Amino acid sequence: MIPANSPIVQLAARSGLFILAVGMALAVYRIVRGPQKADRIIALDLFSILVVAFLAIYAVLSAEESFLDVAIAYALVAFLGTAAFARYLERSASPGRRKHDPNFEGAPRD
Amino acid sequence: MIDLFTAALILLGCLFCLLAAVGMIRLPDTLTRMHAATKAGTLGAGLVLAGVACCFGEVDTVLRALLTLVFLFLTAPVAAHLIGRAAYRTGIQLSSQTWVDHLDDDMGAGRRPEDIHPQQSKPQHRGEGVPGDVDWTRSCHRSEDV
Repeated sequence: MIPANSPIVQLAARSGLFILAVGMALAVYRIVRGPQKADRIIALDLFSILVVAFLAIYAVLSAEESFLDVAIAYALVAFLGTAAFARYLERSASPGRRKHDPNFEGAPRD
Repeated sequence: MIDLFTAALILLGCLFCLLAAVGMIRLPDTLTRMHAATKAGTLGAGLVLAGVACCFGEVDTVLRALLTLVFLFLTAPVAAHLIGRAAYRTGIQLSSQTWVDHLDDDMGAGRRPEDIHPQQSKPQHRGEGVPGDVDWTRSCHRSEDV
């Protein structure tokens, strides 16, 4: 018997889904509340990590291993999204900071 | 036996994920929040994926779960580095308990300790002076002296 069918694993997976849902709620609170843009991006990154774990556990519960492919694809898209948000944040840096930063591309633009 | 091990891995991973989310709420500023989310979150999701890999019998499914784990371990530090760099360069507000900002000295970005603590000219910690009354912010090399 593979472990996915044993009642202990089923119980752990179900309670794990509940715990992850609580964690997602806390991350969403930080996305809504976060005082700065960087806080929101970090909370979004954590949210996507939690979603990957959620999908992996759901693959066990539903005995449908194609949810693992969904988890891989979601992790890839989430990484690209985080990188894009970080680029956006860096481009929208305030001029006061940019002026002092010699490494910033396009620093002498203004 | 293996099912107990699998259940323990999944539950432990979920608890680490919850810890990361709690750190997201409780910690005072952006960089400490990033520290919680990246490290505890990656460890939690890694434990969950390892537990899931133990659950399935077929080789290809186990390999897919382990591939997700490796991918997560490769990309999470890169994403955290990108966000941290962008966040610092946009001039985020640091926690009021921050004493030393070495990167500021290295970058020469013109952000002095007075900018981090606008109200107080000297770093204070919980109402008392720094032990030994050492001015930590002056002990590091500033780049405009070069």
